[in-house]
Formats: sequence, structure tokens, C-alpha cells
Amino acid sequence: MSQEELIAVRKSQKQDLFESPDFYAIDDLLEEEHKLVRSSLRDFVKKEISPSIEGWAQNNHFPSEIVKKFGEVGAFGPTVPEEYGGGGLDYISYGLIMQEIERGDSGMRSTASVQGSLVMYPIYKYGTEEQKRKFLPALANGDMLGCFGLTEPDHGSNPGGMVTNFKDKGDHYLLNGAKMWISNAPEADIAVVWAKNEEGRIHGLIVERGMEGFSTPTTHGKWSLRASCTGELVFDNVKVPKENLLPGRSGLGAPLSCLDSARYGIAWGALGAAMDCYDSAKRYALERKQFGKPIGSFQLVQKKLAEMLTEITKGQLVNWRLGKLMNEGKATTAQISLAKRNNVEVALNIAREARQIHGGMGITGEYPIMRHMANLESVVTYEGTHDIHLLILGMDITGIPAFE
Amino acid sequence: MNILVCITHVPDTTSRISFTDNNTKFDTSGVQFIIGPYDDYALARAVELKEANGGEVTVLNVGPADTEPTIRKALAIGADKAIRVNAEPVDSFYVAQQIAAVIKNGNYDLILMGRESIDFNGGMVHGMVGELLNLPAFSPVMKLEIEGDTAKMSREIEGGKEFIEAKLPFIAGCQEPIAEWKIPNMRGIMSARKKPLEVIEPTDSVKNTEVSSYELPPAKGDVKMISKDNVEELVKLLKEEAKVL
Ligand SMILES: Cc1cc2nc3c(=O)[nH]c(=O)nc-3n(C[C@H](O)[C@H](O)[C@H](O)COP(=O)(O)OP(=O)(O)OC[C@H]3O[C@@H](n4cnc5c(N)ncnc54)[C@H](O)[C@@H]3O)c2cc1C
Repeated sequence: MSQEELIAVRKSQKQDLFESPDFYAIDDLLEEEHKLVRSSLRDFVKKEISPSIEGWAQNNHFPSEIVKKFGEVGAFGPTVPEEYGGGGLDYISYGLIMQEIERGDSGMRSTASVQGSLVMYPIYKYGTEEQKRKFLPALANGDMLGCFGLTEPDHGSNPGGMVTNFKDKGDHYLLNGAKMWISNAPEADIAVVWAKNEEGRIHGLIVERGMEGFSTPTTHGKWSLRASCTGELVFDNVKVPKENLLPGRSGLGAPLSCLDSARYGIAWGALGAAMDCYDSAKRYALERKQFGKPIGSFQLVQKKLAEMLTEITKGQLVNWRLGKLMNEGKATTAQISLAKRNNVEVALNIAREARQIHGGMGITGEYPIMRHMANLESVVTYEGTHDIHLLILGMDITGIPAFE
Repeated sequence: MNILVCITHVPDTTSRISFTDNNTKFDTSGVQFIIGPYDDYALARAVELKEANGGEVTVLNVGPADTEPTIRKALAIGADKAIRVNAEPVDSFYVAQQIAAVIKNGNYDLILMGRESIDFNGGMVHGMVGELLNLPAFSPVMKLEIEGDTAKMSREIEGGKEFIEAKLPFIAGCQEPIAEWKIPNMRGIMSARKKPLEVIEPTDSVKNTEVSSYELPPAKGDVKMISKDNVEELVKLLKEEAKVL
């Protein structure tokens, strides 16, 4: 089937009826403004993403027009102050935005998280006033797409070992090396790249499309995050102007602080994907009849639904509390890590159980389940794998790092 | 151009409807409220007209304090300020009198609202406000363009379409495709915080209806599916079971 045909099929299908569960009346903990943020993003996803996402994912197509639309609705850098084009919202709102977008698709959320937490955040936190004025408004409104280059072919869980490096050539820096698995890379206008200087200290540099020696080959053959584009960043003697260095912070802590902000968004986002799976499974369990009754009347199906709702409810409480701590500037890396790890694992388990409830239908694009399930396999790996997050918490508990 | 948009605060279209107090009151517990869908079209068109011609959009709601989140949403969509008449919107005529009083105290070039609210679906307020103020009222308006002090509209009528020209000011009850619903963006939500929302007390008005009780429509019957090449079976069922042939 051509992409047009696929999109047409999807459009003709039933409406996106998603409703989020709220078993513990957590809505009562939210402010009216938070609920408005959530309902706006939910409407946005139902209008701009749900009708086409299945076609995009099946065809491994990144809809570049979504970037401008995300900019218009304000999904990029919602916590960056308004004077730089951001939304000036709090962390609960940011979390709800990520939840709603990932409810639509983890790949779409990846595009938004990278832009907000991994590109705008470091420029806002560690950039010069000129850098902020030059890049933040264009990134916020979607005129520009950014990517974040930390992972390398030989350095994933251990980014501190990176070999990408730059040398001071007097009036510019000379950048060499390669980054791998970089979300948004093939379509990005700028890349925030982490590289070592001659003393081996990690710094952030803004590399712009068009700089000589800079290329972004696409990563092909993904079974996951197929509506998001992923690629490499290759630097072959790239001359980077000195004013493109982020002066505010150096060392591994600089990129890791960006990961904190992105992981926080993932904790909410993954729960969004879980809610979509649960919502679909609940509906299906009540509609689908076998042995003369809805499959939702069988105890084993009820067990699955009960466990799903239990884990979603716990995850919602974790997110809400963590959001409060983020607002107060008190959330620690280990607290954020717990939420990312737990909620992604919960989402993966829910996707698998929901897929079973959908029977054979669950493997098709008629339902979002298989897409969420495959997407979440990336989400459980990027921004720190599940196991690395166990080690982060383990270190927090014992004081002993077990990474090496 | 000063535009007044009257919005209702109504249950979401997917809400489960039930009643309390001996079936005389709508049970609002667990119900999500939204801007009336037709009012939302009116608001979207008002914001577009403001963006094209300049001016100001004021939203008006007749309702108690719990309608304020709905009013804030209208501000986030692009209205500049809001007025809430602090009263239960008991019936169409009562609401029309409140709206007319606000219009008298303001200086509006155009008054837009939905063709009807989706809770009680009276569809009468625009006409009543027109009558009370001696202004023309049109509904359902599906297209609205403004040139200077004249508006060009189109309206769906029995078996056809009507094209109207009218001088401002007037009242229009709107419906799609007058504009596309607008989704508030994050910047709009932030700026809505700072926009003024004035609360005024209702004017003395007559209330001349009373609800004796509500009743839900009968539950939908079972559906029988017949394969498309089995016309005989269909005819048989229509004759023998449905008894409509
Ligand atoms: C779709 C996608 C998008 C991505 N986007 C970006 C991006 O935008 N920017 C970016 O910089 N990166 C990105 N990444 C990279 C991602 O962050 C890495 O894949 C991740 O950090 C894991 O690194 P790795 O793949 O090299 O796996 P490895 O580090 O090789 O890990 C392989 C396995 O070994 C385990 N392991 C490794 N070290 C230890 C240890 N000390 N103790 C116990 N177990 C260990 C891991 O848990 C894992 O199970 C993306 C990845 C994917 C899949």
C-alpha cells in the first residue's frame, strides 16, 4: 500500500476516542491551567497526529511539517521563559504536554523532547545572551529543528569515554569525530554537540547545517520510533566559530543535566503511551465477544486490566510529586531516574498485556498497541538504559558506583 | 471593531447524562465542561476577524463561578477580556435579558454566539436578544465576512442557501463552517492568566420557566447485522420483526 493509501485507510477508521484514566482523582491535585494545557495538547494530538501516525510509522516517514505545528501549539521548550519564545510554564504543564504527545506516539514526543530539553535547555542554561537570542525563538516556534549529539558508536552508556574532540585554532575550533543514534539529526538545522577539548574536558558546541565537513546520514532499518528520524552526526574537520561554544558549563555534568530534564519528560510521556494502550484494551475488552460474552468478563482479562490501571495510577502519583519537586528545584538525578525507569517499564509491560487483549488485531496498525510497544523499546534504551538507571539508584542507595 | 462573543459552559459531548433531585436537576458530578461547540465556532471567527481588522474581542458568559475555567479557555484561544454575569442561566429568556443588559452598557459592533447551546438546545437566545435591543439577528450563520460597516453572510435555509448583507451592529448565531475551532496554544494559556475577567451581578429579570422533570431517551435497541447479499433475510426481518413493511 502506498503511503497515501495507508493514511487514507487510517483516516477512514474510527475516531481517536482516547480518555485518560484518573482512578485516584489526581486531577484534583492539578490547577485549572494544567488541565487546560492537557486538553489543548490532547485536542492537538487528535487533530494533527492520530489521523496520520499509523501511516507515518508504517512508512518510516518523519512528517517534517509537524515541527512548525509543534512550534505553534507551544510544545517546544514550554518551560523556557517567554522572552526567549518559550511558554514560561511550570514542570507539571511540561510533563502533561509530553504525556499527551507520547500518548499519540513516542517518536513524536522524542522530536519535542529533544528540541525542548536537549537543545533549547542547554542553550538557555549554558549559552550566551547572543546564542539565546539567535536560536531560542526560532527553535521555540518551529522555524528551526535541533538535535543533541552525545552518544557515539563506541560510547553509549559510557558517554564520558567519548572521542569526538575539538582543537583551538585561534579564530575557530576544529571539530572531529562522529555521533550515532541522534534523534532529529537528518532534518536538523543545528546540533548541540558534546566534545572534548585538548585537555579532555567536555564542552557543548552549536554546529550549524551547512558548515563544511558536517553531515548527518540517516539511520535505516529501525523497527521502533519509525515516525521519528534518527541519524549520525559526522564531523570531518568542521570549523566551528568560537562564538558557538556554550560557555556556561563544562564537564560530563553539563550534558547529564540536560538528560535530567529530558528524562523527566519521558517519565510522563511513557505513561501517556501506557494510558493509550490501557484505554484501547479496555474498550476492546468490552466490545469483543468470545464464548458469547465480552472478553472483559473473563477473569484473566480483568486481571490484566486491573494491573494496568494499578501501575498507571502509581506512575501518575510519581509524576505529579516529581513535578512538584522539579518546580521547587529540588528533584535529584536519582529521583528523576527512578521515574524514568519505572514508568517506561510499566508502559512496556502494559503495551505487551494490551497487545494480548487485542488478540490478532493487536499486531496490526488498526490499533496503536504494536506501535507503542515497538516504540517503547527505544524509550527503555535511550536517555539511560533500564539497567543503567538501576545502577544510578543503586549508587544513590549505597554510595558506591557500580558502573565500572 | 469590538466584538462580543457569548459562550455557554456545557457538558462535553461524550458525557454520561443523569439527573438528581427527583429528575429535576442535571447531575454535574464527574462531568467535563467545555465551551459550547457552536459558540466555539463563533469565538474562532471573532478572533480571526480581530486578527484581520484589529479591535477587541470580549467573551461573555452568564453563569456561576465554576464556569470560569471555560471562560479562561476562551481567553487562551484569543479573546482579550471577559465578563461573567454571576447568575444561573435558568432559561433562554433570562439569559437573553442578561446579555441584552451587557450589550446596552458596552459598545459592540458585532455580537456573535452559537446557533444553539448543546445542553438544552433552545436556539432562541440570539433572536430574543435582537428583539430586546431592536437589532437584527441571524441564525444559523455559516459564513461571515466584514467590509467596513457591512457584513456579508450566508445561512442555510430549508432547501437552499440564503445570502445576506447587513449593517453592523447585529446578532449572529453561528455554526460551522464559519471558522475552524482553535486549539489554545501554550503562549495563549500563559497570557490568559493576565487578561481581565470582570464579574457583574445580574439585572432584575423575569424567570418564566420551571422544569418539572427530565427524562432520558429510551435505550437503543439491539442491532442485527445482515450480510450485504442477503436481501431476502432483510426484507423478512423488516416485515416480521420490525413490522415496518
Ligand atoms: C531511537 C534512538 C534515539 C536516540 N537518540 C539519541 C539522541 O538524540 N542523542 C544521543 O546522544 N543519543 C541518542 N540515543 C542513544 C542512546 O542514548 C543509547 O543507545 C543508550 O545510551 C545506550 O547506549 P548503547 O546503545 O551504546 O548501548 P550500550 O551502552 O552498549 O549498552 C548495551 C547494554 O549493556 C548494558 N550496559 C552497559 N554498561 C553497563 C554497565 N556498566 N553495567 C550494566 N549494564 C551495562 C546496557 O544497559 C545495555 O543493556 C538514541 C537511541 C535510540 C535507540
